[in-house]
Amino acid sequence: MKYRSPLSRARGLGSSKDGLHHWWMQRLSAIGLLPLVIWFVVSIISISGQSHAEVIEWMKSPHHSVLLSLFLIVTLYHSNLGLQKIFEDYVQARWLQLAARIVAGFAAVLLGFAGVFSLLGLAFGN
Amino acid sequence: MSTNERPLSPHLSVYKLELPMVLSGLHRITGLALAGGSILLVSWIVCAAHSAEAYAGMSRFLGSFVGQFVLFGWSFSLIFHTVSGIRHLIWDTGKLLEVEQIKRSSVVVLALSILLTLVAWFLAGGYPGGGA
Repeated sequence: MKYRSPLSRARGLGSSKDGLHHWWMQRLSAIGLLPLVIWFVVSIISISGQSHAEVIEWMKSPHHSVLLSLFLIVTLYHSNLGLQKIFEDYVQARWLQLAARIVAGFAAVLLGFAGVFSLLGLAFGN
Repeated sequence: MSTNERPLSPHLSVYKLELPMVLSGLHRITGLALAGGSILLVSWIVCAAHSAEAYAGMSRFLGSFVGQFVLFGWSFSLIFHTVSGIRHLIWDTGKLLEVEQIKRSSVVVLALSILLTLVAWFLAGGYPGGGA
């Protein structure tokens, strides 16, 4: 690598290793979240104060469980992109920044699986 | 030669506090809060799917003073981050970037977020600090 010119390094995206992808995915997930957030807020208002049985009934209906799963997954993905930026901006030590990003990423995957499997369990009956 | 006493960027203390900069910080803070709030969302789903007892425990927490405070902050964060996010998407197209437009749209974003949060709580039949 040390024989490469600065321009060549820049074309290979240099030390950042990445280019537009993060920025673009953050916008795409934001646009995807807009209708999902509106659906989620309206839904929460409509089921607030209802009993456990009624909430379960709402959660297990096919389109609610699909939309709630989608809302959760896209939220976790968008959050992870945002957290990554926050760590890059405020965590100076490289090892700590990398550790924080890995932990946040694993946590997002864990939360996603826990939420979606609970919803699948309800939807397919147990 | 002392290098410790120099003012360091971003010189936050030398600027007069203005609404657009407060909202810029608030967008990131509410985003961080929502990332934390996703733990609450998953807990709520897992409790509901697990058992009536687990759900009752979750409902008790959410109905408590602390729970209502958390829920109010979470709902405001979600609504503010969404409304402010829409403005960010508009900015990405190159529109509304004049200083006066940013000042005026800041008032709109904040007022709309507060209004929508209060409307959501009114419609849900709950109020911050009270039982939902």
